[in-house]
Amino acid sequence: MQLDLRTVTVKPLRQTFTHVARRIGGDKPASRYQEGIYDLQATINFHYRPLWAPEYEIFDASRTAIVMADWYKLLDPRQFYYGSYTLARARMQEAAEADFALVEDRDLAAAIPPAVRELALRLYVPLRHLEWGGNTNCMFMAAYGFGTAFTSPALYHAMDHLGMAQYLTRVGLTLGNEAALDEAKAAWIEGAEWQGLRKYVEDCFVLSDWFELFIAHAVVLDGLLFPLFYGEIDTRLAGMGAGAVVTMLTRFEAEWFGESSRWTNAVVKLAAAESEANKARIEGWIAQYLPLARAAVEGPAGIIFGAETAGVVDQLVEQFSARLAKLGITVSAKG
Amino acid sequence: MADNVFIAFQTSDESRAIVEAILADNPGTTVDEQPAMVRVIRPGSLTIRRETVEEHMGRDFDLQELQLYLITLTGNIDETDDAFTLAWHN
Amino acid sequence: MDMPTTTKKKLGIKEKYALMTRGLDWETTYQPMDKVFPYAKFEGIKIHDWDKWEDPFRLTMDAYWKYQAEKERKLYAILDAFNQNNGHLGITDARYVNTLKLFLNGISPLEYMAHRGFAHVGRQFPGVGPRVACQMQSLDEMRHAQTQIHSMSNYNRYYNGFHSFPEMLQKVWYMSVPRSFFDDAYTSGPFEFMVAIGFSFEYVLTNLLFVPFVSGAAYNGDMGAMTFGFSAQSDEARHMTLGLECIRFMLEQDPDNIPIVQKWIDKWTWRGIRVLTLVAMMMDYMLPKKVMSWKEAWEIYFEENATALFNDLARYGIKMPDCAKQALIDKEHISHQAWATFYQYSAVSNFHGWLPSSEEMDWLSAKYPDTFDQYYRPRFEHWAKEAAEGRRFYNTTLPQLCQVCQIPMIFTEPTDPTQICYRESEFEGDKYHFCSDHCKNIFDDEPEKYVQAWLPVQQIYQGNCFMPDADPTKPDFNPIEEVLRYYNLQNGRDNMDYVGSEDEANFRAWRQTSTQN
Repeated sequence: MQLDLRTVTVKPLRQTFTHVARRIGGDKPASRYQEGIYDLQATINFHYRPLWAPEYEIFDASRTAIVMADWYKLLDPRQFYYGSYTLARARMQEAAEADFALVEDRDLAAAIPPAVRELALRLYVPLRHLEWGGNTNCMFMAAYGFGTAFTSPALYHAMDHLGMAQYLTRVGLTLGNEAALDEAKAAWIEGAEWQGLRKYVEDCFVLSDWFELFIAHAVVLDGLLFPLFYGEIDTRLAGMGAGAVVTMLTRFEAEWFGESSRWTNAVVKLAAAESEANKARIEGWIAQYLPLARAAVEGPAGIIFGAETAGVVDQLVEQFSARLAKLGITVSAKG
Repeated sequence: MADNVFIAFQTSDESRAIVEAILADNPGTTVDEQPAMVRVIRPGSLTIRRETVEEHMGRDFDLQELQLYLITLTGNIDETDDAFTLAWHN
Repeated sequence: MDMPTTTKKKLGIKEKYALMTRGLDWETTYQPMDKVFPYAKFEGIKIHDWDKWEDPFRLTMDAYWKYQAEKERKLYAILDAFNQNNGHLGITDARYVNTLKLFLNGISPLEYMAHRGFAHVGRQFPGVGPRVACQMQSLDEMRHAQTQIHSMSNYNRYYNGFHSFPEMLQKVWYMSVPRSFFDDAYTSGPFEFMVAIGFSFEYVLTNLLFVPFVSGAAYNGDMGAMTFGFSAQSDEARHMTLGLECIRFMLEQDPDNIPIVQKWIDKWTWRGIRVLTLVAMMMDYMLPKKVMSWKEAWEIYFEENATALFNDLARYGIKMPDCAKQALIDKEHISHQAWATFYQYSAVSNFHGWLPSSEEMDWLSAKYPDTFDQYYRPRFEHWAKEAAEGRRFYNTTLPQLCQVCQIPMIFTEPTDPTQICYRESEFEGDKYHFCSDHCKNIFDDEPEKYVQAWLPVQQIYQGNCFMPDADPTKPDFNPIEEVLRYYNLQNGRDNMDYVGSEDEANFRAWRQTSTQN
């Protein structure tokens, strides 16, 4: 059929879906984020119990000790739905790709003193395994968490960790070669300085409360580790002769932490604001995990900071505590 | 006769070039045009060669770019930097 | 360690992908592997070497983001243009919109379930290769759910029946057919999930949903549905390959896996075939302009394709599921049986029913020369006569449902299309009913699971499908109206015949404003 080019005025019957209207205060135009997440996860009339976890329904709010009257309060301030998420990451990967290409084409790595290059390899490449661990833990949250508002950004977070594991692999291949990956894996498995981190991550693998896991990995561990590696260590290496090369090769990770902290902050803040019980639970988890995470990151930090390590990590813990304070969370453990 | 493999693309200028490249490299291929899509069928196996696609498109082509135009396919896949092959192993 | 950074060889796609994924994992020692991956063994599938997994598509995350973002850019640009130009007025007929209602209510929330299911197996498989592939699929499935919602959001603004899709999937009677299919897969072990969704659904069956139906959407002027459909299907190429690889991997790892996998293939092919009954009816009855009949689509995308596939798998000792024989007979019948059912139950459905026009009936006669005139045309003509005399037939007797596929007992005996097929089994003193030998077999193999089914008709009779404020003791209590209220189905707008509906009237009026001064 041929349509007239002039605009036809037809009056819509409604502006959005009923379940969306209920949540945004009436029938009015809703965003793609809102229509894309609200109430997508089933909550009633499940047909069968999981053969592998018959104690739970398919989706079950009792998989965490955190209690929310409405799980769709845990909104993502970035308003990511799949399309806006992939577009945001595509922009970041384009910048990262340009940086890798520049370093590779001009062989900028060759300009770094060999000892510094080796130090960078020792520090960053084993992290690819840690990132894989981050992927594993975030997949758990995406799979067993409750409510699409939380589980969908948890999946994005998991895929981001996989992406970062791959970028760190490329750091190994750019500053070194395939042998650097093998050496990094050996260090991750056996190197004394990495065992604290590896144990921390493996202990996280067996947690059953997904919100506790979120606090332990995404909030506490990443909250120390990213500022350490993509802030402190990067700055120190630059001063030792790495110039901007390591900064360029880890730009994705640095940018990612800044952006994705908006989400982790929002989840902590909103869940804690829900009730005193939630707040106490979250504070308890942080008090439990912060000293462990602190001790774990001291291992690799010691490789570059030596005797200064405790001071550097103290400062990270202080920054972390200040960040959490803004979310209404008191960090009691000094670590 | 060997079982058919097929691959279908959304109709576009790029997929036109890809289909031409397939026809050039794979004798015995038939083309089934459906609304908004084109399905290419061949007994046994079918190979998309990067170089041939580049000739037909007039620009560099990464085989992973097939992701953008693909609708469906059958057969076992083997993908290298230079060729994307669908085949039945029987 | 002395490493020259120059003289590096350029890595090929396979080598590069292997370095980017393989070796990321490690054998845990602070926690036992069995505790980290607790669900990897209980189904009896034996995996000796996860590294034997062949990655079919070697997408690293950076490439994934790049290509998927490109697809999203295109998709939303087309959607915006389609919506801004009132593209919905360019479709052939507003009857078509009812296919989209089925899609949004019955399929999009399942894309979401697939996302959660692949997140679960993407966490639980001990091997990196399959995990990464499952995780990407989990992300893709989220894409499909959301792009479908966004594509149909504009239809929701102008047409009835779309407005409460997540709620309807969980409540409306026939929605338990697709929903229980996914609940069944999700609650199975991770390897069975892969056979159910990764293989039977994605590889063997989704082509039938997405390719001919979406091509039909394009043919009927729906650019929006065509775009999300084909764009989703471009991811399916990856998913189908994952499903096939997963099957091959299990079969190659240990001969003991073969009978287990065969049993799952048999079960899930049939589960999928039953769900596709809805698609059969969409193709044959709901598309105003028809691309091909359900039977033709079945022949191309199932018979030809699945024959090639099972010939390929024959070297492992896998054979075509037995149920394919019944499907060969059923392809002549199911679309007619299903549409006749929905026609009768239009009063309690969230989309409209209608009778095929005489031209459409002639098309059906031509496409189904052995069955339509003999078994189905008389029924439709009888109803047409009744409707013309003001007695549009609405069935208000709730039908008996199959305990497994949950479709009402509408299917006929494979050997006699005039007899409804009934099967039954006893479990712990209770009788259970089935539509076919294959559904009965599925039940008999795992009765503890299928007795749990939330069967909508039984639930209505048990009083579980009323709102909390409904009072069955009141003299004016109308159970059907109360059930519709529980469904959030707007009586008189979302349901009943297309003829005389608000959709029909609005479409006609809007089309007039768009074509006349």
